[in-house]
Amino acid sequence: MKPRSDQFHELSSEALDDGFLREALTRASSSFQAAKTDAVDSMPDWEELRQLGHDRKNRAIENLPEALEVFEKNLRSRGGEVHYCEDGAAARDQILSIIRASGGSSVTKSKSMVTEEIALNDHLEAAGLSVLEGDLGEYIIQLAGEHPSHIIAPAIHKSREEVAELFHDHLGSDPDADIPELTRVARKTLREAFLGADIGISGANFVIAETGTIVLVENEGNIRMSTTVPRVHIAVVGIEKVLPRRSDLATLLRLLCRSATGQRVTSYISFISSPRTEGEGDGPEKLHVVFLDAGRSKLWADPTQREALNCIRCGACLNFCPVYGSVGGHSYGWVYPGPIGSVITPNYVGIEKASQLPQASSLCGRCGEVCPMKIPLPDMLLGLRAKAVEAGSAGFSEKLSMRVFSMLARSPRLWRLLLALGRPFYRLAVRAGLASVLGGPARRWSRSRSLPLPGRSGFRRWWRKDVEKGGE
Amino acid sequence: MRLLVLDPVQAGRKRWPGSILSCWRHPLSEPKRASLFITCLVDFLFPGVAKAMVKVLRHYDVELEFPENQTCCGQPAFNAGFRGEARELALAFLDVFEGCEAVVSPSGSCVAMVKEYYPELFSDDEELSGRFQSLADRTWEFSQYLTEVLGITEFPGRRDGSLTWHDCCHSLRGLGVREGPRSLLSSVEGAELLELEKSDECCGFGGLFSVKFDEISSRMLSNKLACIEKSGAESLVATDCSCLMHMAGGLEKRGSEVRALHLAEVLADALEEGGTGSQEEACS
Repeated sequence: MKPRSDQFHELSSEALDDGFLREALTRASSSFQAAKTDAVDSMPDWEELRQLGHDRKNRAIENLPEALEVFEKNLRSRGGEVHYCEDGAAARDQILSIIRASGGSSVTKSKSMVTEEIALNDHLEAAGLSVLEGDLGEYIIQLAGEHPSHIIAPAIHKSREEVAELFHDHLGSDPDADIPELTRVARKTLREAFLGADIGISGANFVIAETGTIVLVENEGNIRMSTTVPRVHIAVVGIEKVLPRRSDLATLLRLLCRSATGQRVTSYISFISSPRTEGEGDGPEKLHVVFLDAGRSKLWADPTQREALNCIRCGACLNFCPVYGSVGGHSYGWVYPGPIGSVITPNYVGIEKASQLPQASSLCGRCGEVCPMKIPLPDMLLGLRAKAVEAGSAGFSEKLSMRVFSMLARSPRLWRLLLALGRPFYRLAVRAGLASVLGGPARRWSRSRSLPLPGRSGFRRWWRKDVEKGGE
Repeated sequence: MRLLVLDPVQAGRKRWPGSILSCWRHPLSEPKRASLFITCLVDFLFPGVAKAMVKVLRHYDVELEFPENQTCCGQPAFNAGFRGEARELALAFLDVFEGCEAVVSPSGSCVAMVKEYYPELFSDDEELSGRFQSLADRTWEFSQYLTEVLGITEFPGRRDGSLTWHDCCHSLRGLGVREGPRSLLSSVEGAELLELEKSDECCGFGGLFSVKFDEISSRMLSNKLACIEKSGAESLVATDCSCLMHMAGGLEKRGSEVRALHLAEVLADALEEGGTGSQEEACS
C-alpha cells in the first residue's frame, strides 16, 4: 500500500468533517474501552502480567535471529517450508510463485495486517487470481474497495446502512437487511468460497520456535477455514512474531485477548505445526511460511525504536487514543494507524514520508498506559520528533524560533524585561481582538478558544513588593 | 516571614495532618523550605495562580523563596524534538534550582519534564544525570507537595460551590497524581465535588499540538467541554495552567458560565473563610 502519511493534515481534516465517522468512532472507542477496562479490572495481577509479557517479548526480540533459525529447522523437519523476504516486492513475488507452482487460481485470505502492508491483494488480482477476504470486516472493505481503518476492526468506519447497500449491490441481498441477516448473507457467500479455494493465505499472531508452530487468534472461524480447507496454506509473517518458547505464549495470549476485545480468550485459536500428515482428515498438502522483514531488522538495530517490535497488534492504543478517536484510521495514510502506527510508519516508510505522524499527538500518555506490552509509545514519539529535527525536517521559522527562545530563556534579565514589556502589548492586542497581530499560531488558537487575558501586574513585582519588603 | 495567627481548630489540623503515620514520615517540627518554580506560562499569563500558591504554602508555614533567574523548563523545545535547545534550558534550570531544598510548581507537565526527562536527556553523562536525578527527587507538583510532603489530607476553610476535577495528563500519568487533590477539594467545607465523565481524557492541549493540529485539538476540546458542562459544576479545577488555559479559552468561546480555576486558587479562596474572594486573576 502506497503511503500517504505525509497528507495527514488533509486526510484528518476531511475525517473531522465526516459526521457519521465521528459517531462510529465514538461508539467503537467507548465499547472497546469499556470491554478492556472490565477485563483488566477483573485481574488483580494485571500489572505483573504486563511486566512478564514485556520481559518475555523483550527477550524474544533480543534473540530474534536465533529464534528464527530454530523455528525454520523445526517447521522444515515436519514438512513445512520457510522463506525470507527482505521487502514487500520480494514477498509478493515469493507468494505468487508458490501459488503458480501449486497450479491454483482461487485464494481465500484471513485478516492479516502484514498482507495489507505488502498490498498483496492488488498484486495477486493483477496476476489474474481471484482473492477473497474471509474476515467479515475485511470482506466488507474489500467489496467497498477500501483499506482497514483499525488493526482489529477493519470496517469500524462503516455503518450497517452502508454495509446493507454494499451487499445489496454486490450480492443482491435486501437493501434494508439487519445485522444478523447481513452476517448470514456474508457467511453463505464466504462458506462457498472457502470450500472451493485452492490457496489459503493467513498472517500469524505468533510463531513458536521451540515447536515450529504458527498461532492464529480469531473469533469468526474464517482462519480455521482458510488454513485447513485449501490445498496450500501460506502464512505471511513479520519476523518479529517469533517467540522462542511455548511457555512464552500463554502470557502473551492473555494480554492480547483482554487488551483487544476484553475477552479472556477468543472463540478460536489455531496451532499449526505442519502440513497434513498421514492419516489426518484435513489440512493443506503444503505449508509455507513467508517471513517479511520490510524495515523490521532496521528497527531491530535501533535501540531507541526496537521496542516497537514488541507490539502484538491488540489495537488498545488506538481505542484509547483521543487523536485516533477523532480522526479515525484512514487519516494516518498507511496500514497501521493510531499511536503504534505513528511510531512504526515513519520507521517502515521513512521519516521524511511520515514526519507529521509523530507530531500528531498531544502526548497525553494514554497509549503507553494501556499498552499490554508496556511499549513506551509517548517516549518513542518524542524520539522520532527529535530524529525528524536532526534529519532537518523542521521548517526554517520553527528552527529560528526555537533558537531565539532558548537564547532568551538563558538570559534571565532579558527574559524579565520582555515579560514586563510584553504583557501590556499582549493585553492590548487581546482586548482589541487582534489575535492576528500575534501571528499565525494565535490565529489558529483563536478559532475555537479565546486567548487568555492576564492581569496588569505580574507575579515578580508582587513578590518583590509585597513579600520581600514585608508588606503583607 | 509572616506569622500566622490561626484559630485552634486550624492549628490543630496543621500540627496533625492526616494519620499518625504521615506525621511520623513528615515530622512538622522540622521547618519546610521550598523554592517556587512558577513556570513561564504562569509568569506571563496567570500570576494569580502563583500568588494563590504562595498563600496556601505560607498557611502551612513553608518558608518560600523565589529564584529570580528562573525562565522556562524547556518542555516546548523538547516536545518539538529540539533536544539541543532542551538540554541548554535544562542546564539553565539546574543552575537556578540545584541548591534548593525542594522545588514546588503549579504545573504537572513542567514537573514531569524535570522529573522524567531531564535525567534521561543527560543519560550519556553519568555525573550530570545524577545531579538532575537528585534535583528531580526534590521537585514537586503543588498538590503532590501538599499531600505527599506536608502530608495534608484535609484542607481547612470554606468555599461554597460545586467543582469538578480534570486529571491533567502529565500530572496523572507522569506523576501519579489522582486521589490527592480530590481529597483536598472534597474536604473543603461547602465545596461539592462533582464527577467529571472521562476525567482522565486529554483536553487536546498538548503544547504546540494545539496550534499545529488545531482542528484535532479543537475536537478533543469540544468533547472535554461537553463532559464539563454535563457535570453541572460551577467551576472546573485542575492542576496545570496550560490545560486550564485551553479549557478556559474553549469555555469562554462558547459562552459557558463555568469557570476554570487552578487548585491553588480554590484552596487560597477556601482560606479566605467562606469567601469566593479575590479571583481577579484566575485562569479564566
